[in-house]
Amino acid sequence: MQDFASEFTRALSLILEGDSELWAIVLLSLRVSIFAVLISALIGMPFGAALAVARFRGRRALIILVNALMGLPPVVVGLLVYLMLSRSGPLGVLELLYTPTAMIIAQVVLVTPIMAALTRQVVEILAEEYSEQLRSLGVSRLASVPVLLWDARLALVTALLAGFGRAIAEVGAVIIVGGNINHVTRVMTTTIALETSKGNLALALALGVILIGLAIAVNAMVSALALRAEREGLSHA
Amino acid sequence: MRDAVTGAQGILEVNNLRIERDGKALLDVPHLCLGGPGPTLILGPNGAGKSLLLRCLHGLIHPDRGRVCQNGAALNAGHKTRQAMVFQSPVLLRRSVAANLDFVLKRRSLPHAERKQRIEALLDEGGLGGKARQPARSLSGGEAQRLAILRALALGPETLFLDEPTSALDPSATQMIERMILRASERGVRIVMVTHDIGQARRLASDIVMMQAGRVVEHGKAMQVLEAPESNESRRYLDGGLVT
Amino acid sequence: MIPEFIRASIFALGLTATAGMAEEPFIIVQSTTSTQNSGLLDYILPGFEAETGIDVRVVAVGTGQAIRNAINGDGDVLLVHSKPAEEQFVTDGWGVERFDVMYNDFVLVGPKSDPAKVKVDADIVAALAAVASSQAPFVSRGDDSGTHKAEMRHWEAVGVDPTEASGTWYREAGAGMGASLNVASGMGAYILTDRATWLSFGNRGDLEILVEGDPRLFNQYGVTLVNPEKHPGVRAAAGQRFIDWLIGPDGQAGIESYELDGQQMFFPNAN
Repeated sequence: MQDFASEFTRALSLILEGDSELWAIVLLSLRVSIFAVLISALIGMPFGAALAVARFRGRRALIILVNALMGLPPVVVGLLVYLMLSRSGPLGVLELLYTPTAMIIAQVVLVTPIMAALTRQVVEILAEEYSEQLRSLGVSRLASVPVLLWDARLALVTALLAGFGRAIAEVGAVIIVGGNINHVTRVMTTTIALETSKGNLALALALGVILIGLAIAVNAMVSALALRAEREGLSHA
Repeated sequence: MRDAVTGAQGILEVNNLRIERDGKALLDVPHLCLGGPGPTLILGPNGAGKSLLLRCLHGLIHPDRGRVCQNGAALNAGHKTRQAMVFQSPVLLRRSVAANLDFVLKRRSLPHAERKQRIEALLDEGGLGGKARQPARSLSGGEAQRLAILRALALGPETLFLDEPTSALDPSATQMIERMILRASERGVRIVMVTHDIGQARRLASDIVMMQAGRVVEHGKAMQVLEAPESNESRRYLDGGLVT
Repeated sequence: MIPEFIRASIFALGLTATAGMAEEPFIIVQSTTSTQNSGLLDYILPGFEAETGIDVRVVAVGTGQAIRNAINGDGDVLLVHSKPAEEQFVTDGWGVERFDVMYNDFVLVGPKSDPAKVKVDADIVAALAAVASSQAPFVSRGDDSGTHKAEMRHWEAVGVDPTEASGTWYREAGAGMGASLNVASGMGAYILTDRATWLSFGNRGDLEILVEGDPRLFNQYGVTLVNPEKHPGVRAAAGQRFIDWLIGPDGQAGIESYELDGQQMFFPNAN
């Protein structure tokens, strides 16, 4: 076995010394996943909240479907997005394949169901509590969606982080639609896959540890922000 | 308060009201008219259908039969905007105290400056002056219920329904809330309030609706119902006896 | 409310999309893991990019997948190592013309103890026959890559269909060269690999080269421009410029001079 300690030290020192290649990879990972999570939230959260308050035929089935989509295999998503964006696919003219945008699209497809399902769960509980009060105030079901989303914001931060965790850790989809092109679409996970395929297991593992550290840092930061915002009372929200 | 409507308003009338579950009547009120000045209190033991009646009057529950009229017209969305309700346990938005009030003022499309002014006046009215920026969920039980009442009043309602608003509160908190209710009533807001507290009914009520097993057993002036009840059920309830 | 979300999404996507497009001109090369993992492309491409200002973006997958991606039009140049498949690609009209670029060779690696006793001669067919008869563990790429196609040709010469033993001594990894080498290293199995990947591979464990030098282990790389008549989006001019450079004196000299641990990895042989 290779010397993990020395490889890890090497990877860590690359980060700390500001090695521009490694930093570019880290920043691209963050940029792609944060964008993807924000777009997923914009789509998934209102959808999830609407699903929580709306009453229509087939609602149960739709909830089951959304919950099931949380487990979408990234490779399948990658393949579907590839087929869409390929020059011989319907969106080929956009020339998006092998760009960070393609990776964002794939991650949006992966993460949106997570946002929708978790939001639905959180909002449904809150909606039950608020239901009579909001109706008494004359707020319709549909109009209650933004109210509920805002009031569930603390719990929704968790959904946001769950989505981010899925996005940043995912390799199967981004490697297909991004192509793992050096300096263009190479992110942390595809670098790890590449180093693994070169047999540089220790370096791959070290990069993995850094990825976990990164995920922890983002989690801690968002949680701290959410907590502070709550302490300050969000006075004029 | 500015929003108070003075003079005659909001006569509520109920005809042939009936709610059933599995063939059993949960609420059966052939006729009831709430029109006099001063607070109406709905009194009765648990399970008498008080809250159910209140929700029908407010339009939160649609009866299986019969209808509720306000000023002679069936309850509709227009009436709803002139009604407000305070629940047994206050449902406050997870926002600041001021934002809870602002939420309903915004729904009335009031300009920012006026909203600010009203929020201040309301908070003073409820003794919550220093707590505008505090998260509403961090208020004590009494403060929370006061805020819930202020928020209901912020709608500028003709009619304010209250469902046992003090049942979980200590005597001093209860007293503050009763004062708020009386002040609102004096300003001309019709008060319809459910309680099982006979003392509270004595302190607040102008007229009393006595309920038992889904039916109205007596409706009259507070003094009369409390001092010389006509029905056996009322008598037994007021004596603290077991009503079956 | 909904249109706002859509607008915001398009705006966000647009930002990243333009960030990717505002850069210098580029081409996409569909290639194989061996050219990338060996470090060859990282070594020679900067020269081309400096000379022409054209950024070469390499997608490294198996030869089979690279060809399929090129057929879909998702690349401008194909740089792979399976001559029959490349010629078919051109015959079917997907490629313009194929050129030889360079070669290296395949090697059979396996555990030092060599349980199947293959290290007798530079004879890949005899060696594979020995593996089959001793039923020693053997890892195959199993992914329709250039290396996999070459391996299957040798089995054919042996007269054995190893896939009948799939799951017993014959293991199909269904993965790239590096990932398959990791499997072989973990199992102490025999495996056919291109020399470049092997030399740059860091997790050899107990494995070493057992059979090499058989002329049948010759591994030819070729380059083909994807046909712009099939896919109008193909960056034909820039792609052709890259091909001309690669098979011209500068590219060939670059390939010639690339060494890893003092060993030359690829041998230029453009006409």
